[in-house]
Amino acid sequence: MNAMSHNQAGNAYNFGFLDEYAKKEVRRAILKAIAIPGYQVPYASREMPMGRGFGTGGLQLTLSLIGPNEVVKVIDQGSDDSVNAVNLRRFIEMTCPGVSTTTATAECTLIQSRHRIPELPLTARQILVLQVPYPDPLVVVEPSEDKRKTMHGEADYSRLLVKLYEDIVKFGEITISHRYPTRINGHYVIDPSPIPRWDVPKLNDSAALILFGAGREKKIYAVPPHTKAEPLAFSDVPFRVEDFRDEQGRRRACARCGCVDSFLDEFVTDSGSKTYQCSDSDWCDMQLSKARQTQGEPA
Amino acid sequence: MNKILEVRGLSKIYGPGCPQCLESTGPEADTNLCPHCGSVVAIHDVSFDLFEGEILGVMGESGSGKSTVVKTLYFDQAPSSGEAIFFDNDRQYDLFSLNAAQQRWLRNHRFGMVYQNPNLGLNFNISAGGNIAERLLMSDLMDYGAIRERAKALLARTEVLLSRVDDLPKHFSGGMQQRVQIAKALATQPPLLFLDEVTTGLDLSVQARILDLILEIQQELKTAMVVVTHDLGVIRLLTGRAIVMKYGRVIETGLTDQILEDPQHAYTQRLVASAL
Amino acid sequence: MNPPILQVEGYGKHFQLHEQNKLIPSSHNVSFTVRAGELTALIGPTGAGKSSVLKGIYRTYLPSAGRILYRDAMGHELDLVLASEHQILELRRREIGFVTQFLHCLPRQATLDVVAQPLFALGVSRDVARQRAAELLSAMKLPERLWSVSPATFSGGERQRVNLARGFIAKPRLLLLDEPTASLDPATAERVIGLIEGLKAEGTAMLAIFHHPETTRRLADQVVELAPPPAVEELLEEIA
Repeated sequence: MNAMSHNQAGNAYNFGFLDEYAKKEVRRAILKAIAIPGYQVPYASREMPMGRGFGTGGLQLTLSLIGPNEVVKVIDQGSDDSVNAVNLRRFIEMTCPGVSTTTATAECTLIQSRHRIPELPLTARQILVLQVPYPDPLVVVEPSEDKRKTMHGEADYSRLLVKLYEDIVKFGEITISHRYPTRINGHYVIDPSPIPRWDVPKLNDSAALILFGAGREKKIYAVPPHTKAEPLAFSDVPFRVEDFRDEQGRRRACARCGCVDSFLDEFVTDSGSKTYQCSDSDWCDMQLSKARQTQGEPA
Repeated sequence: MNKILEVRGLSKIYGPGCPQCLESTGPEADTNLCPHCGSVVAIHDVSFDLFEGEILGVMGESGSGKSTVVKTLYFDQAPSSGEAIFFDNDRQYDLFSLNAAQQRWLRNHRFGMVYQNPNLGLNFNISAGGNIAERLLMSDLMDYGAIRERAKALLARTEVLLSRVDDLPKHFSGGMQQRVQIAKALATQPPLLFLDEVTTGLDLSVQARILDLILEIQQELKTAMVVVTHDLGVIRLLTGRAIVMKYGRVIETGLTDQILEDPQHAYTQRLVASAL
Repeated sequence: MNPPILQVEGYGKHFQLHEQNKLIPSSHNVSFTVRAGELTALIGPTGAGKSSVLKGIYRTYLPSAGRILYRDAMGHELDLVLASEHQILELRRREIGFVTQFLHCLPRQATLDVVAQPLFALGVSRDVARQRAAELLSAMKLPERLWSVSPATFSGGERQRVNLARGFIAKPRLLLLDEPTASLDPATAERVIGLIEGLKAEGTAMLAIFHHPETTRRLADQVVELAPPPAVEELLEEIA
C-alpha cells in the first residue's frame, strides 16, 4: 500500500502529494463512476500546485491510483515531450518515489493523457486517465446544471441530436471535430474530452479502464472495460472518423514513419508547404523501428 | 364518442396557503389573492371532461386562471391538488401521479402545446426544421432523411414556406412563428392539443387564417383540443363547449352557443354584452 | 299517423338579467308534437317566443320550464332539457339540424366546404360530401362561380341558401327552421319550398317559423299558435 509516509525524495510531502483522505475520496468517486458508466460523479477537487486547466483533474486521479510499482506514461496531444507532459511527469516522479515513468505505451500500467488515446490498443492491465476541461456535453444546449442533471437522468439528449441535425443542414455533415458526444452503456452521454473523432471508437469495448477527471468542474466519470460507447449519430448519417485524404483522394501517410493508419497532425514546413506526422509520438517511433528491422532483414 | 381527459378538482395555489384562502378568494371575494396569507389561488376545484376530437374553450379575463389549467395539464406547473386522467386508446394515465420521466414521455409523444409567446414553444436559436426535429428526436426517430421529410411535410401543412425550413424562427413574423409552433406540436400526431391564447396579439387577418388552420387540423386529425382565450370570437369559431372562469373558479359551463346567447351568470352576461 | 319524434310539454323560457335585476319572459307554457315526415309550424305575433322554442330545443337556450321529449334513431326517448352537453352535441351531429338566419363560418372556407361540413363531421369522404353539396347548391341556383369562395362576402339571399343547403345536406331526422325563406326572392323561395317538401317526403320531421303566412299554409301539417308570455309580475306569482 502507499499509505506510508515517504521522505526519501527530500520533500515533506505525502506519497502522491495528496493526503490519504483526499485519495480515498477520489477513489470512492472512481468506484461510483465505474458502477454507473458515463455518470458524472462530483468530488472535492483539491488545490494542486498548478493552475486549474493544466490537468489538475487528471493528476488527482493519477495520484490517487498510483502505487509504488506503477509504470506511468504522461502524454499531451499524443506527445510525451511537450512542456505540459514533461512537467506533469516530473511532478509525479518527485512526489511518488519508487514509481517509474516511461514513454512506451506497451510498458506502462497507468497513462495520463490530454486530448489523445494512444494508437496502440490498451490492455486489461492498463488504466487511461484523460484530462477534461468541460465534462458536461449538455452545457451547449442547457445552461442550468439542475435541468442538465434531470436531462441526464432521463437520458433526454434530443437537443444534442438537434445540434447534429443543424450541422447536417448547414454543412452537409456533422462537423464536430473533437469532444464528440458519446453514449455510454446505452444511457449517459459523455463529453469524451477533446479527443479527436479518430479516438472515439477506441472507447467502445476497451480492454482498459478509461477514467475522466475534470479538476475545475470537479467531476469524475468512467468508461469501464468492455463497455458499449456509441457516438451520437443518425441511422442514415452514421458517425465517421477523419479520413486524412489528399486532393487525389489518397490516404495521407506520416512523413516520418510512413504510417497510413494513425491520426495525423498537420505541420507547416519552413517553405510554407504542409506536412503530416503521427500525432502519437510513441506509435511513430514504434513504426520507425519496425520499418528499420524489416529493412535490416536479409532478403 | 370516447372520453380522452377527465379533470377533477384541479387546484393551484401559489404561496403558503392558509385555512381562509378558499373563502377569501374567488368571484364573490373579487380577488384571487388571499388577504390573510398573501397566497394566490390561481385555480380551485376545476373539473371537466374532454371527448375525442372535441374542442373545449376555457375563457376568462387575465387572472382568471385559465392558462394555469393547461399549464398544469401539460406539466409546466405542478397542481396543488386535483386529479386528471388521460385516456389513450386502451390505456389510461393518472397524470399527476406519474414520475417526471413518464410525464415527459406523455408531453413529447401524446400531448402538444401552442403557447401565446412563441418563445416558450420554440427554440429561437435553431432552425424551424430543427425545432420540429427536436420533437421527433424525442420520440426516437433517428433517421435524418425521414426527420427532414416529416418536418417539411408539417411545415407545408401549416403553410410555412418550405424555403424557410432552415431559417431561424426569430426572423419570422408572429403569425408564421405560431404556424411553426403548431407544426412542432403536431409532429408526433398527438391526440390532445393545448392552445394558450394562440392568436392574441396577431393581426386580424393573420388570426383568421390561424383559426382556419386549427379547425382544418381538428377535422383532419380528430385532435381533441383545449383552447384558452379571452377572445369571444375565437371561442365562437373554434369551440363546441366552453368553461367560463373568474378569479380561479369555474363560474359557468355549457355549449358555446348557449353561453354566448343565454349566459346564466352575471359575470358571463357582462362579458358577452361587452363584446357584442 | 306517423310516430311523434318530438313532444314539447309546458316549455317555458325567461331570461334573468342580473345587471338590471330583471326577469324577461320569452316563452310560456308551450306544448306541441312534431312527427316524422311532417312539418309543424309555429305562428304568433312578434314577441310570442317562437325562436325561443327552437333555441330551447337545440340547447342554444337553457329552458326554464317543461320537458322536451325526443325519440332518437335507436328509439330511445330523451328529455333534451336534462340531456348532457355531450349528448346534445352528438344529436346535433347526427340527428338534429338547425337553419338560423345567421351564418357563422370560417373566413377562409370555400362555400362548398361550408355546406359539406355536416357530412365531413359524420366521416363521409370529402369527394362524396362535396358532390352532394354541389347538387344542393345547384338546386338552389347559387351561381357556380361562388362555390369556391367564402360566403363571408355574399348577399343576404346567397348566404341564406348556403345556410339552408348546410342544414339540409345531412338529412337530419329533426330539422329546425327559423324563417328560412325570409331573404329570398320569390323564385328562389319557391325552389327552397320544393326542397323542404322533398325532405318531408323522405321522412324528416320539421319545426319551422315562416315569415309569410302563405308559406305556412302550403307546408305545415300542423300549426301551433303561440301567445306572448304573461308579464313578469304574473310570472313571478306563478313561480312563487
